[in-house]
Amino acid sequence: MTIPALRIEGLHKSFGDLAVLRGIDMVVEEHEVVCLIGASGSGKSTLLRCINLLEPIDAGRIFIKDDEITADGVHLDRIRRRIGIVFQAFNLFPHMSVLDNVTLAPRKALRLPREQAEADATELLARFGLADKRNEVPDRLSGGQQQRVAIVRALAMKPDLLLLDEVTSALDPELVAEVLNVIRELAVGGMTMVIATHEMSFARDIADRVCFLDAGTIIEEGPPAQVLRDPTEARTRQFLQRIIEAGRL
Amino acid sequence: MTPGAPPIVRRRRSTVAWRSTAVALVSTTVVLGGLAWVVVNAPNWPEVQQDFLDGPIFWESLPDLIAAFWTNIRLFLIAEALVLPFGLLLAIMRGLPGPVFVPIRGLATAYVDIFRAVPGIVVIYVLGFGVPGLQIPGVPNEAFFWAVVALTLIYSAYVSEVYRAGIESVHPSQDAAARSLGLSRLQSMRHVILPQAIRRVTPPLLNDFIGLQKDTVLVSFIGVVEIFRTAQIDQAANFNFTPVIAVALVFIVVTIPLARFTDWLVARDKRRAAAGGAR
Ligand SMILES: Nc1ncnc2c1ncn2[C@@H]1O[C@H](COP(=O)(O)OP(=O)(O)OP(=O)(O)O)[C@@H](O)[C@H]1O
Ligand SMILES: [Mg+2]
Repeated sequence: MTIPALRIEGLHKSFGDLAVLRGIDMVVEEHEVVCLIGASGSGKSTLLRCINLLEPIDAGRIFIKDDEITADGVHLDRIRRRIGIVFQAFNLFPHMSVLDNVTLAPRKALRLPREQAEADATELLARFGLADKRNEVPDRLSGGQQQRVAIVRALAMKPDLLLLDEVTSALDPELVAEVLNVIRELAVGGMTMVIATHEMSFARDIADRVCFLDAGTIIEEGPPAQVLRDPTEARTRQFLQRIIEAGRL
Repeated sequence: MTPGAPPIVRRRRSTVAWRSTAVALVSTTVVLGGLAWVVVNAPNWPEVQQDFLDGPIFWESLPDLIAAFWTNIRLFLIAEALVLPFGLLLAIMRGLPGPVFVPIRGLATAYVDIFRAVPGIVVIYVLGFGVPGLQIPGVPNEAFFWAVVALTLIYSAYVSEVYRAGIESVHPSQDAAARSLGLSRLQSMRHVILPQAIRRVTPPLLNDFIGLQKDTVLVSFIGVVEIFRTAQIDQAANFNFTPVIAVALVFIVVTIPLARFTDWLVARDKRRAAAGGAR
């Protein structure tokens, strides 16, 4: 049996009195694509931020392959290099060119020489149709282009696991497809991904497994065909009903 | 629209501009003229004019004053070069998160509180007279040295607050993005937060430097022979205040370009922000 890429056991997380994650157990195999769905406020973003150790957790354990990343005394920066995250709002560095956005972490965190970092970055940018944008500043790109740069920036660290948090929610509808295509390409390439999304048809297309998050626990999971078409839990059915009414499935 | 329309619009607009300029000029002239009239017709005007605005004494003292002004410039440049990094260090110390850094945060906060509370002249007195008075071996006694130290300590407190405002104005998601890529806290500060913060606070930083430039005259009180001290000596020698007025003119001449430069920077940043959208 192979070791899973990600394993979460009994994860709890509160903000003050608000218990956001209430016992999350989750396993993601290597090369697997898992979509997190659930109502707004159900804790999807918080879960992703906990996996990347951007939020300190209250209880539970998280493993990347063999390593417990929630153990005492782990080197946070070194772990984060192995886990990429892409945010809804892109969060590109506005004072740097596209190329510098992509090469900053390889140069400073991995200590790659500039020429090598730039060669790698140029190749990645070209792969995602951004070759001619390498010297632009982020403000001069479209939202879709910015989000693709953000994905390239995460990929430049060659992460074992990529977390995507509603990466198309801030985009104009006509720009959504170009970003989803990039993610699809990554899935085909075997990238292990956990994707929080409201795009149900995309989840159905791309996910190996869908997890439905409700009030801080995963109450249902399975292949997209089953969870999205024929859910067993009443809460999941209600949620999907609302999505269908909103015309998003 | 006919081809002739745009010039008419432009002419109308320039008429309005011309009229408001004229109104401004006339009202300024009336107010200043009125004030001048009041001053010139004051009962003691002739004596005061002689004591403060004596042409020959002005020209005679000016070369000495300008020579002494080099001391102010040296004070200013050395103190500024020290204030920039020291203020930044204080700002970063105050921003360290978590309970581990409570003592460091507390120290930095106390420092900033104290040096903003105590009048600058008191700091200058205590350092300039007090520390040399201790006669600790190896510790310099020159007034110039303690003048630089005092100005640096005072202005670092102000400048650290400016830096801190800048750092806090950068959205936390920028730090999250940097840290998520595996950059350390320090690397994120150095490469992501600070470049954005410093760009935003350059105008207020320059403002503090105008203040520092002026406050270099305060160290005349611990015996540094700079422009104001020199003016006082000339004043005593001539029984005439004109050299002090000359000091004011020298400062006006060097400060106005800096003030205009600051305005220009602010205007440029506004233009950029407008062009770059809301982000
Ligand atoms: N830093 C924080 N401090 C306090 N409360 C927070 C914080 N971050 C998130 N929360 C709260 O935690 C709950 C879950 O938020 P989260 O962003 O994880 O939800 P989500 O499932 O991603 O929602 P959405 O679909 O709207 O993105 C919300 O009630 C939110 O207000
Ligand atoms: Mg969210």
